[in-house]
Amino acid sequence: MASRIRILLGLLLAATAAPALAVLNVLATVPEWGALVDELGGDKVKVYVATNAMQDPHHVEAKPSLIARARSADLVVATGAELEIGWLPLVLQQSGNPAIKPGKPGYFEAAPYVNLLDKPTRLDRADGDVHPGGDPHIQTDPRNIAKVATPLAVRLAELDPANAAFYQSRYKAFSERWNAAVATWEKQAAPLKGVKIVVQHKAFTYLIAWLGLKTIAALEPKPGVEPTTSHLSEVLELLQRDPAKMVLRAAYQSDRASQWIAERAKINIVVLPFTVGGDDAAKDLYGLFDDSIARLLKGAQ
Amino acid sequence: MSRFVFAPCAFALALAVSPALAAGEADLAEIREQIRQLKESYEARIQALEQRLQAAETKSAAAPPTAEALTASAPVASSTPASGIAAFNPAISAVLQGVYANMSQDPNRYAIAGFAPSGSIVPAKRGFSIAESELTLTANVDDKFYGNLTFSLSPENTVEVEEAYGLYTAAPYGLAPKFGRFLSGIGYLNDQHQHAWDFYDAPLVYQAFLGGQFQNNGLQVKWVAPADVFLEFGGEVGNGDSFPGNDRNKNGVGNGNAYVHVGGDVGSSSSWRAGASYLQTAAKDRTWTQTDLAGNDATLAFTGRSRIAVADFVWKWAPNGNAQDTSVKLQGEYFWRRESGDLTYATTDAAGVTQTGNYRSDQRGFYAQGVWQFMPTWRVGARYDWLNPGSVDYGANGLYLANGSFNPQRTAVMLDWTPSEFSRFRVQFQQAKLKPDLTDNEIFVQYILTLGAHGAHKF
Repeated sequence: MASRIRILLGLLLAATAAPALAVLNVLATVPEWGALVDELGGDKVKVYVATNAMQDPHHVEAKPSLIARARSADLVVATGAELEIGWLPLVLQQSGNPAIKPGKPGYFEAAPYVNLLDKPTRLDRADGDVHPGGDPHIQTDPRNIAKVATPLAVRLAELDPANAAFYQSRYKAFSERWNAAVATWEKQAAPLKGVKIVVQHKAFTYLIAWLGLKTIAALEPKPGVEPTTSHLSEVLELLQRDPAKMVLRAAYQSDRASQWIAERAKINIVVLPFTVGGDDAAKDLYGLFDDSIARLLKGAQ
Repeated sequence: MSRFVFAPCAFALALAVSPALAAGEADLAEIREQIRQLKESYEARIQALEQRLQAAETKSAAAPPTAEALTASAPVASSTPASGIAAFNPAISAVLQGVYANMSQDPNRYAIAGFAPSGSIVPAKRGFSIAESELTLTANVDDKFYGNLTFSLSPENTVEVEEAYGLYTAAPYGLAPKFGRFLSGIGYLNDQHQHAWDFYDAPLVYQAFLGGQFQNNGLQVKWVAPADVFLEFGGEVGNGDSFPGNDRNKNGVGNGNAYVHVGGDVGSSSSWRAGASYLQTAAKDRTWTQTDLAGNDATLAFTGRSRIAVADFVWKWAPNGNAQDTSVKLQGEYFWRRESGDLTYATTDAAGVTQTGNYRSDQRGFYAQGVWQFMPTWRVGARYDWLNPGSVDYGANGLYLANGSFNPQRTAVMLDWTPSEFSRFRVQFQQAKLKPDLTDNEIFVQYILTLGAHGAHKF
């Protein structure tokens, strides 16, 4: 009996001791970072994405499946800026995996590498879902993706030095192709400059800043607070004085409020994929922006 | 580099000099001070940037991607963190709760027929009252430990330490050791704080078998298997002073328990977790009052072992895993308890009979509940509770005592409104048949407000 227990314990320990890394196990909190790791890591990484494009990344629970994936992850790639504050700290703690604790090389946050916009001037929950560090939805500007790719490639090489040259060459190729794509998108999106829009949730700050769109109003009275009829009526009144071309919402958001306003103000509804997987065309990062620009151009007509 | 430092200073100086001629000595001093501060802050920032650059260079030297990466991989300078002694303050959160209770039966006589009283399980007093308030402090202690302290403030103006534990966060092999006082990991609901429950009060099985919730004073070790499916093992030892055990003034280990949890996702819309737990503890002279066969009050004292097994299951559904508009949560737990040892029977009248005999009980019960979020911020739920007092063998005391075969039951419905993650209002109606021929109609109107640090979205 005792020897059997010893064998069992030995097996358990052998299973948990870090083996030579065949592939890097990566847990990405949101689809855009999962797609970026795929671009940079190719077949040297195995990516599990914690959320899909139909989910609000704020409101996820520390599900058993996420704890299990965090347990064997070599690297966690998160947005940070409090996007995942409700669930990621708990997932990391419950997984018992010390390699992916914040501050360790196995924990990567994207937000510190970009200039966060919309930093609140006062911190008060009376103002709704307030993010003290600024708006965390940084992926809606492709130039931010490029900014995050650089340190992420460095991190992959740091964790898996044997394949450093591989990550370097993938990074270089991605970087070149991406910068060219950004230039193309900017050219395509030129007519969008100054176009007036309404947003459902303040989720497109970076996209709006990048393309020079002009936000007239938000359907949510305060960030993260469900649209109310009284607020919608106010927005409608505003739109009658200062008409907008379209109302924007992310694929994961409910369609009720935008439909209500679109019908009455006679403006277009544009449903943006928001992240990779948000619609059929947004299969990868390139598809995400190809499709977003195409939809915006159509909405602006 | 020095050009960057002095350019703004020179500019500030130029601005400052002309009006300073007219200004008094005090203004001059103030301007000098401002310039000094400006200079210092720029120097500090540039130093920090240089350090970052250096760090990035050394890092990239080990694994150099491109020249471009060297400069770009330094994080964007963020605002200076809070300084001074406040910088390391722990995260603080508080929960405020209140309830209006309307109960057709006297809550002072609250008891569950066929089950020994288990402690303070009375749901509320009649009328308006505040319910348990909670204050939590958490922080990383150092590179190896994390600490949590949760006070519970009762409406009777008493303060209890609900949880006070340390967590060893640097343990190898995925082990997560916890020590101190904490809510035990047995069952599903046990380690959740009351304000996180979907109903105002605890299920009957928790009230009857654990006296509400099982608090462990001791050690816990959890281990998650490195697999794609969630498989977690946990074990605890403690001093055994929580019901169904009691304080036995004893060295060594007073209670032990173990549990296993499995879970995962089904598609992108469903998640589930199932668990099995076993708890073993003991009591010495655990005393309560019970009516004997002659109809007199007798004092009973139990000394012996108490063993509990729990099976729990929870399943959650939301379209594509997005619970914004609609979601469903189903959960249930089944409890078994076996107690064996000696029971001392003592009459309280003048006759003064005292007798000790064997005692053995086998009891069980379950609850099942469902909660449906039918539109954003609104949920309805229903819960059914059932207990079986089972077989109780009083041994020699069978002369004086008998256990009925009445099954206590309770049915509850609730409606709650959650305007934000930080507030919730609930109305709950329930019909409890806890004693033969007595029906208690209970109405609770409850509020829960959360202040401070963002809470965790526990599954």
